[in-house]
Amino acid sequence: MSILTTQHLSIGYSKKGKTDVIQSGLDLELRAGELVCLIGPNGSGKSTLLRTLTGLQKSLAGTSMIDGKEITKLKQHQKALMIALVLTERVDVENTTVYNLVSLGRHPHSNWWGNITQEEDAIIREAIEMVHMDHKMHQNINELSDGERQRAMIAKALAQDTPIIMLDEPTAHLDLPNRVEIMLLLHKLAHKTQKAILLSTHELDLALQAADRIWLISSEHGVECGVPEDLVFNGSFNRVFQSNSFFFNASNGNFSMNYPMTNKVWVSGDKTRMYWTLRALARAGYVVVQDAEVQILVTEQGWSMNNKDIFTVEELLHELGQQFE
Amino acid sequence: MHNRSLILFLALSLFTLGLFLADLAWGSIHISLNEILSVFIGKGSNGINSEILLNFRLPKAITAILAGASLSVAGLMMQTLFRNSLADPYILGVSSGASLGVALVMMAATFLPVAFVSSGWALIVAATIGASVVLVLVVGVSFKVHNAVSLLIVGLMFGTIAGSLVSVLQNFSNPDAIKLFVMWTFGSLSAVTWNYMQVLLPVVLIGLGIAFFLQKRLDGLLLGENYARGLGISIVRTRLLIVVATGLLAGGITAFTGPIAFVGVAIPHIARGLFRTSSHKILLPATILCGASLLLVCDIITQIPTYTLPINTVSALFGAPIIIWILLKKR
Repeated sequence: MSILTTQHLSIGYSKKGKTDVIQSGLDLELRAGELVCLIGPNGSGKSTLLRTLTGLQKSLAGTSMIDGKEITKLKQHQKALMIALVLTERVDVENTTVYNLVSLGRHPHSNWWGNITQEEDAIIREAIEMVHMDHKMHQNINELSDGERQRAMIAKALAQDTPIIMLDEPTAHLDLPNRVEIMLLLHKLAHKTQKAILLSTHELDLALQAADRIWLISSEHGVECGVPEDLVFNGSFNRVFQSNSFFFNASNGNFSMNYPMTNKVWVSGDKTRMYWTLRALARAGYVVVQDAEVQILVTEQGWSMNNKDIFTVEELLHELGQQFE
Repeated sequence: MHNRSLILFLALSLFTLGLFLADLAWGSIHISLNEILSVFIGKGSNGINSEILLNFRLPKAITAILAGASLSVAGLMMQTLFRNSLADPYILGVSSGASLGVALVMMAATFLPVAFVSSGWALIVAATIGASVVLVLVVGVSFKVHNAVSLLIVGLMFGTIAGSLVSVLQNFSNPDAIKLFVMWTFGSLSAVTWNYMQVLLPVVLIGLGIAFFLQKRLDGLLLGENYARGLGISIVRTRLLIVVATGLLAGGITAFTGPIAFVGVAIPHIARGLFRTSSHKILLPATILCGASLLLVCDIITQIPTYTLPINTVSALFGAPIIIWILLKKR
C-alpha cells in the first residue's frame, strides 16, 4: 500500500525570482512496510528531496500526497502526525535522559500540558525497547556514544507513531559495526511495524543489502527506483557512478578502482586464493590475459611461477617485478 | 513528577516564604514577626511601623519576587530560544532596549499626557517596546550568527547603541530629568508604589502566563528548529510569542526597577542544576522560586550597610561569577 506519492515533483531552490531546479518530473512512491534507501552522488539533490518530502522546504512544481492529502496543504501539526524525522544536526540538551528525549516524540499527540499518561508511557518504553536501549533508558543523552544517540533519536521518531519515518544520513559519523546495526535495525522496524522508512545514505553496499527498494538519484538520470538487484542488473549503478578511476563491480556490489594495467600475466589454479591474487595483481598493474608469456599457477599453499614455489603475495609481486624489468 | 522534585519545590517554597518575611522584618527599623502578623491580620499596631510595612516594605518585597521571577523566566526562555546557555535579557541588550524606551519617556516625551506618564503606563509601554525591538533584532541576527559567543557580542553592541542613544538624549535634556534617569539606572526595588504595582502586576502575570502556555513547545525547541517543526511546532508563531513574553517580563520589570544584571542568566542554570531536568514544566516554576529567592536575598543584603546599595550592584556580584563558571565548564 503506498502512503506517499509524488506527481511531476520539481525540487530545488527559488531565491529572488531565480529558480535553481535540481530535479524535476519526479514520480515517486513510498510503500508501507518497506525500507527505501536514497542513494546518489553529492549534489544530486538527496537532501533537497528529503527536505521537500518532509515539508521543510517548498517544492517548485508538482504535488506530493500523503495518505491522499497534499503535503503543502497540511498544517504543521498534521504533518507531525504523518512523518517523523531523524536529522543530521546534533541534539545537545543538558539534563535530558533517553526517556525524556523519546517522550518528546509524543509531542503531537499529547495535550498542551504534555502529561505522560500510562498509555503514553507504554508507547515510549516500547519505542526504547525496539531500538534496544532499555538498559540506558534513564541515562543522560550527553553520556551516550554516537551510535546509541542515533538509536535514541530513532526511538523518538518511533514514539511519534507516524506511518512514515524519514532519516537524513542516519549512519554518518558512525563506525562500521554501528552502521550495520542501524541499517539492520531500520530494516527490521520497517517490516515489523509496517511503517514506510526512507533514508538517505552514502553506504552503497549496506543499502544494497538492507533496502527493500532503492531510489538512485543523479543529476543526469533523475531518480531511478527499484529493487536493488534490478538496478544492478540493468546497469543503473554503473551509469550513475561513472568515473575514470573506479567502476561499480556488479559481481560483488562494491566499487573497484581502475588501475593502469600494462604488464600481461596469466593465472590459473585454486579458486579461493584466486580472488585475492587477482586483486593484488590488479593493484600492482598487471592485466590478466589468456596464455600470456608469464604464467602463475595458484596452488594450495601458495603460488608457483617458473617452477619456483612462492608463499607470500609480497614475494610473488617481487618475482614479477624482476620478470618485467 | 518525581518525589525529588516535589520535595525540592516544597523546600524552595518555604525558603522563599521565609526570605519574604525576613525581607519585611529587616531594615533600618526592625519590625518583629509578631508585629508583621498583627498588621496583616488587621490589628494595626504601631502606626509608623504599620505604615512602613504596608506602604514601603511590602510593595518592595513583592517587587523583588516579581523582578526575580520575571527576569529569570525571561532568561530561561531566551536560553531555549537561542539554544545558548549564556543568553539573558541583560547580556543580549534587551534591558538596554528597555532603558532607551524609559529614557525617551523621562527625557524627551514632554508631549505625552501627564496622566499617562505618572500612572506608569508610559514607562512600561515604552520599556516593553524597547525590549521587544532589540529582541527581534537579536533573533534576526541569530539566523546569520551561529556562534554562541559572537551572538553575545552582537547583543552587547545593540546594548551599546541603545546606551549611546540615551547619552545623546541626555545632552539635550534638562538636569532634573537627567537626575531622575540616572537614579533610575542604579536600579531600585523601592520605586514601585502601590499605584505602579497595579500596572506592573498584570504585565508580569500576562508574561508568565504566556511562558506557561508555551512550556511544551519550549521543550520541543530544545531539539533545534527543524526537529521542532517535525514535532508539529509552528516556529514563527512560537518565536513571536516568546519575544512578546520576554518583552513584557524584562521590559516591564526594567521600566520600574532599572536594569538588574545577571539574574536572567544565572537562575535558569541554578534551577537546572537543582532539578536535573530540561523540562520547562518543572523549570518554569523552579526558576520563578529561585529567582524570587535570589532577589529577596539581594534586597536583604542591600539593607545591611548604612548606605543602601543599588540592587544592580549586588545582583552582579552573584551573577557575573556564574557566567565565568559556565564558560569554564564548556571547555
